[in-house]
Amino acid sequence: MDAADRSIVRATQGGLPLEPRPYHAVAAAVGLEPAEVMGRMERMLAEGAIRRIGAVPNHYALGYRANGMAVWDVDDARVDALGARIAALGLSSHCYRRPRHPPHWPYNLFTMVHGRERAEALRAVEAIAAVLGPAARAHEVLFSTRILKKTGLRLAG
Amino acid sequence: MDELDRRIVNALQGGFPICERPFAAAAEGLGTDEATLIARLRAMREEGVLSRFGPLFKAEGLGGAVTLAAMAVPEERFEGVAALVNAHPEVAHNYARDHQWLNMWFVLATEDEARVGATIRAIEAETGLPVLNMPREAEYHVGLRLEA
Repeated sequence: MDAADRSIVRATQGGLPLEPRPYHAVAAAVGLEPAEVMGRMERMLAEGAIRRIGAVPNHYALGYRANGMAVWDVDDARVDALGARIAALGLSSHCYRRPRHPPHWPYNLFTMVHGRERAEALRAVEAIAAVLGPAARAHEVLFSTRILKKTGLRLAG
Repeated sequence: MDELDRRIVNALQGGFPICERPFAAAAEGLGTDEATLIARLRAMREEGVLSRFGPLFKAEGLGGAVTLAAMAVPEERFEGVAALVNAHPEVAHNYARDHQWLNMWFVLATEDEARVGATIRAIEAETGLPVLNMPREAEYHVGLRLEA
């Protein structure tokens, strides 16, 4: 990622201009040709530096008030294969492996589940538990009760 | 939100085109036109239905480092500790969560790996509480889109 890429990131990380030619507006703002901006964004998308381009809905505004972090203690030998299967179920918005902190925190697989009510989110947890089976020795669901800060990820400067 | 708003949110959580008139191209598939699509997106952003419309960058792709961290904060100190944690610009999100002891969960996004450790040590020193660092070791690809 070079200086021109970074200038595009800074110009678009808060959102694209909502006007008919948004990439042209970005190009004008950063002092590049529109074709250059579009080419660089295509490349960042292909490389995964851009995950996706589109609408980022606010879970709460859409009525998803129950947002739970379901955490699982899964056999190390099987966690990668099972993590991939769980992610593919389409029941969680994020699925990651993270380090355990024994003895109090034995969990290594994290899945985020959402529902309009807790019962709806817990149904997703049950469906995930059914797929994990005995490979998951324990699990917990930590529902968020309050957003204390939310600024999003930002490239400084 | 009406039926068109829902269709827009459901269809456009990814795959927005990169071309000269992307809203015109996206509107076609939604059975609407460019001006209407732009007006609907503006309204939903202003109302907070959308927190953003545009590219979602992967922090590591930007050369930065991200981690998830958790703390066990005594109830009576909760607000004060939240203020200390949130004062760090590296803290991107912070959530209170229901748990018998790990009740504060925050995401640190920094420009490099060294900054992650430095921020965690600073928070531990300021609060006198241990911070558990839980960096992502593997990511499994998910297909979920929130339905409006």
